[in-house]
Amino acid sequence: MMDIAQVVEETAAKLLEIAATKLPSEVKEALIKDEKDTEGSLGKSQLKAINENVNLAETFIKPMCQDTGLVSFFVKIGDKFPIKSKVKTALIKATEKATEKVPLRPNAVDMFEGNTKNNVGLRGYVPWFYFDLVEGDKCEIIAMPKGGGSSNVGKMKMVPPGKGIKGVKEFVVEAVAAAGPLACPPYTVGVGVGGGEDMCMNLAKKALLRPLYQYHEDENIALIEKELKDILNRLEIGAMGLGEGTSVFDVHMEFAARHPASLPVGVVISCWALRHAGATIDKEGNVEFHPH
Amino acid sequence: MEYHLTTPIPPEELKKIKIGDVVYVTGTVVTARDEAHLKALELHKEGKQPPVDFQGIGLFHCGPVMKKNEQGEWTVVAAGPTTSARMEIFQDEFIKVFHPGMIIGKGGMGARTTKACQEETCIYGYFTGGAALLAADRIKKVKDVFWYEELGMPECLWNFEVEEFGPLTITIDTHGGNLTDESKKNIEANKEKILQEL
Repeated sequence: MMDIAQVVEETAAKLLEIAATKLPSEVKEALIKDEKDTEGSLGKSQLKAINENVNLAETFIKPMCQDTGLVSFFVKIGDKFPIKSKVKTALIKATEKATEKVPLRPNAVDMFEGNTKNNVGLRGYVPWFYFDLVEGDKCEIIAMPKGGGSSNVGKMKMVPPGKGIKGVKEFVVEAVAAAGPLACPPYTVGVGVGGGEDMCMNLAKKALLRPLYQYHEDENIALIEKELKDILNRLEIGAMGLGEGTSVFDVHMEFAARHPASLPVGVVISCWALRHAGATIDKEGNVEFHPH
Repeated sequence: MEYHLTTPIPPEELKKIKIGDVVYVTGTVVTARDEAHLKALELHKEGKQPPVDFQGIGLFHCGPVMKKNEQGEWTVVAAGPTTSARMEIFQDEFIKVFHPGMIIGKGGMGARTTKACQEETCIYGYFTGGAALLAADRIKKVKDVFWYEELGMPECLWNFEVEEFGPLTITIDTHGGNLTDESKKNIEANKEKILQEL
């Protein structure tokens, strides 16, 4: 009998390696296309360096960026999957293991005790988990490490509900303009609308997991996503903020119901290195890695 | 224009360089992020010297991924730039006290750093953000590490010997020029226009 906890641990460590070293194929293609299409030499040279770097990372299985991020996992556990709370323990162990093996930069800093050196926080919150309970007998794990530079430009606003969807759009424009050259553009933008002040940020982060150029199944939301993508590119941030090349590859939005008095909007911005990787494990311990 | 500089970089060389130029550096580059800036400046206030002489060398806003090889020597895995804007609060003082030849980072810096670069003859260049393996490739030797135990891998001082480290796009020169500021003004103007049209 295969030790399922061990399978979860090894799979998650592998997912952290994949995320750190290999971009999802549609992100890679978007960067290559952008290098080809960018005319100005300042922007083109930045994209050329990015693409060379992405190739080196994939070839030598090394982290594409020195900031291998703060680790979070999106996990769906099926009713009949043999382990539950042990999944959490296995994911923490996987984080330690990948830190050593890939290696990942130790990025978990305790405010009082300093860097923990293994990417696991001392107070139980890092890595961060988004757990969901689902039907079935499988467990889906998505690893998403996110760099500090792009997290620093994330923003949340409680928009007055009277401003409606126009207020949402205004805030997204303001947030991305404020990020400007700071967080390694070309960006991908996740927007969460509704829920509470915490939920909108979670939804915004989750929205980044949807593949580029795959729009929301609700036609109304898809239209706003496309409109925002066009609008944000008119900011002319460009590659590395030098004004040349694409500013924003895509905008993905998730909506939750909101309180009548509130219109929370969360904006989570990813740098060009939009990193995540997923796999599904069945109850026997067979692993299927998601297309990447 | 393209320049190939060797550390310690003479001030007269730095004065030739203008925003938009591309620079490659050979010689000594030392990493320093938030904590290392703070600590170096605190030591200076106490009348003590930090363990590295920053005069004329490259100061790199970078927290690398490092690994020890089988001989127990440190090697560079990945070493791209971090967001420089965080260092804006003390970069001018650092330049005035320690006189680095150039600052290497990404995302640009503000008015205080630009003024210090003009007054003290220093320049600031972008290494492409996230291009950590290209950067690692140009680092030929890890000469030393200081404050590792205290500050940890990303924040401590790594002393690197580099060869043709670049390309570095100069966005702050010694003449008060700031390319990122120009770009930011453009973004701001575009934003105002978009908001009016929404």
